[in-house]
Amino acid sequence: MTKLPLEGIRVVELGVAWTGPCAAMILADFGAEVIKVDTVNFWQTQGRGMVARPTKEMLATQTPHSGGYPNKEPGEYPWNCWPVFVTGGRNKLSMSVRDLREPEGREIFLRLIKISDIFIENNHPDTMPKLNLDYEVLKEVKPDLIMVRSSATGLSGPYRDYRAHGSQLDAICSHSSLRGYRDMDPSANTPVFITDYLGACFSALAAMMALNYRRRTGRGQLIEVAQVETGAVCLGEAMMDHSMNQRVRTTQGNRDIHGAAPCGCYRCAGEDRWVNITVTSDEEWQGLCRALGNPPWTQEERFSDARSRYENQDALDQYIEQWTSQRDHYAVMHLLQKEGVPAGPVMDARDTYNDPHLKERGFLVPVSHRDCGNYLHPGAAWKLSKTPITIRRPPVRFGEDNEYVYKQLLGFSDEEYAELERKGHISDGPAPHIP
Amino acid sequence: MPEQALSDVRILDLTQYIAGPFCTKLLADFGADVIKIERPDGGDPARRLRPFFKDEAHQEKSGLFLYLNMNKRGITLNLKNALGVKIFKELVRQADVVVESFRPGVMARLGLDYETLEKLNPRLVMTSISNFGQTGPYRDYKSSELILYGMGGEMYSSGLPDREPVKNAETVSLYQVGAAAATGTMGALLGSRLQGIGQHVDMSMQEALTAAAPDRKSTVMIAYQFCGEIHPRFPGYETGYPYGAHPTADGYVEIFGGRAYWSRIVKMLGEPEILKDPKWLEPTAQANPALKEEFEALFLAWSMERTKRQVMEEGQAARAPVGAILTIDEVINDPHFNERGLFIEVDHPVVGKLKYPGRPFIMSETPFQARRPAPLLGQHNEEVYGELGYTGEEIARLREWGVI
Repeated sequence: MTKLPLEGIRVVELGVAWTGPCAAMILADFGAEVIKVDTVNFWQTQGRGMVARPTKEMLATQTPHSGGYPNKEPGEYPWNCWPVFVTGGRNKLSMSVRDLREPEGREIFLRLIKISDIFIENNHPDTMPKLNLDYEVLKEVKPDLIMVRSSATGLSGPYRDYRAHGSQLDAICSHSSLRGYRDMDPSANTPVFITDYLGACFSALAAMMALNYRRRTGRGQLIEVAQVETGAVCLGEAMMDHSMNQRVRTTQGNRDIHGAAPCGCYRCAGEDRWVNITVTSDEEWQGLCRALGNPPWTQEERFSDARSRYENQDALDQYIEQWTSQRDHYAVMHLLQKEGVPAGPVMDARDTYNDPHLKERGFLVPVSHRDCGNYLHPGAAWKLSKTPITIRRPPVRFGEDNEYVYKQLLGFSDEEYAELERKGHISDGPAPHIP
Repeated sequence: MPEQALSDVRILDLTQYIAGPFCTKLLADFGADVIKIERPDGGDPARRLRPFFKDEAHQEKSGLFLYLNMNKRGITLNLKNALGVKIFKELVRQADVVVESFRPGVMARLGLDYETLEKLNPRLVMTSISNFGQTGPYRDYKSSELILYGMGGEMYSSGLPDREPVKNAETVSLYQVGAAAATGTMGALLGSRLQGIGQHVDMSMQEALTAAAPDRKSTVMIAYQFCGEIHPRFPGYETGYPYGAHPTADGYVEIFGGRAYWSRIVKMLGEPEILKDPKWLEPTAQANPALKEEFEALFLAWSMERTKRQVMEEGQAARAPVGAILTIDEVINDPHFNERGLFIEVDHPVVGKLKYPGRPFIMSETPFQARRPAPLLGQHNEEVYGELGYTGEEIARLREWGVI
């Protein structure tokens, strides 16, 4: 058997929402044994749901990504089925602990840290110190530990204590000032969460870099991923334009910031169907004209070169939309691509689900889950030629691996395990009193 | 200089534009010896992209290029030349990683596909970044940042219901792809280091945006299958309140409220009498449009008397998730980012000293270092080819033959 890249590496995760869980999932995908620690008596909001036991009425009013439990029913084990949790839950193990705030829970956690290589958490900066599980403490137990702390705004600075979701960080890093419709103010914007994605990648990336260093030197370290900063470093053009020219950029909508024109999102036939088109050269412009059947307007002087097309984009957009609005969004892509013009449909979840290209590449991976049923899980971004990423385990159920972790890894005897069970550490869900 | 996490890693970087160079920059920032290989005629096309220093178009003055290629060494090499290919293979023997972002099939046409390179260096990792991956019906399709974002699945639910969907800012999606590419490359590199397995990493930008580090886009894909609903497009997170961008006296704040944060939102607003009415806590309160309208009017009256920073601070004092929508200049001059040292000064031989975004994350033992500015076109030819054993005279001849 070919070994997976991170086989033999053990990761402990205390993650919430997207960043921490997805960072740990990336390491799990690469073969690490990731153990998610679930607490029985303390409900972490957005760990496995906004609340532990949502009612059917609550779910009915929520958007799919937070309320989209299977059939919009909470089911018997709602904490195993929250779509956000399910997203980053694959390839992991779960153990349960009554409460990390209690000495016994903390002791169990330290026993796990002692035999682990990496610890990932993305809680508020105060959480770990409050639990007395800060890096300095954990280092005593496991000297070469690699600990990744990914909080919203970092472990220092005036905003250290800020409470934020990705959408607040999107605002503070200025991404929100640079996006949205050109003719609207930001109140027309939908919240987006670029720092969740970036924070997850950077946390996993940094942890793996630290593994490379540890391999060489035997030394662990503390990694800090301030999610808000992960957004700021991805605004290179705008940052450098300010540095170089004191320019303060604002939104360009769907237009290309490097001047390709036309570049936009056009209505297609059907309900709420759209296609994106970007023309980056004269050759592509000629391809667009061919695909459209060379109507007379394409010969107009005001569209004759890159600059005039850039300057007359509004007029151009109207002509293009007259053509696209008669056609299916996928048909427009194929017609234009055939003539060498960059174009692609705005894909909703149905399109992603049915897309022939993604299907042929096997991007969506069938998963069979006890509580969620059968569905296709979006795969990894990397097709590795010799150690392909597979879904070895479906998104992990609460406490699913208690026996293995407590007995085999932590060395508790059957009697001790029974005692832990009696004390409420071993559970397949949060305590009944948690709403 | 102190050792860095990747001081023992050498990377050959054939990438251009944004996603690939950001990928290799992240690795260079933490010590990898990244050798950027550019075409002798004009180099990386990003050298011709704005912003330019003092708005003067010049191949050494693109702020985009300077930012994405700092910490790398730069050489020129003509891969359409047989000798150029031979020299590249010599470089491969001494490298750990190759990253390329040509159209699928180009590396094979150059005789540099993974199967060939693997024979020279069995533990080599090669990452190929392309629009839609190395296989599949869209393999040769063209794309753009806008198109990739649209095909990544999030765009559909961004914007107003009666208008066209709208994308994220600038070229953010390509940076996200770059971050994912660095992560995937690092995973494969550890496979080489820890298990002795070299391999090829095929990375599709579309797939990276659909899933690499999942966020809302992959979640809506899962939720669609669970409950059959397509995520609607509207300017909020949920139907409840307050969510999204709200005006203040001098700009906007972005709020995440709803049921979970209701008591904190009320506290932020100074616990007005009207919000103590039990109607606000009824199970259906968040889904009641009349209550939403009433709340939003009350909120607006409060927020318009304050600056966005005041609203953020008062919200945060009540532990409510509120963030001011800062502009680029406000971020660059912001006390939080500056106290934490996010921005650094880099000295470049042509444009001089400028402020750049610095480390993407903090490693306590092996910190980010700004070791060198972005290379001038072919700046390290003598140095790198010298390390391969070429003499000054031979390097001069390579130049005459159009190889470098």
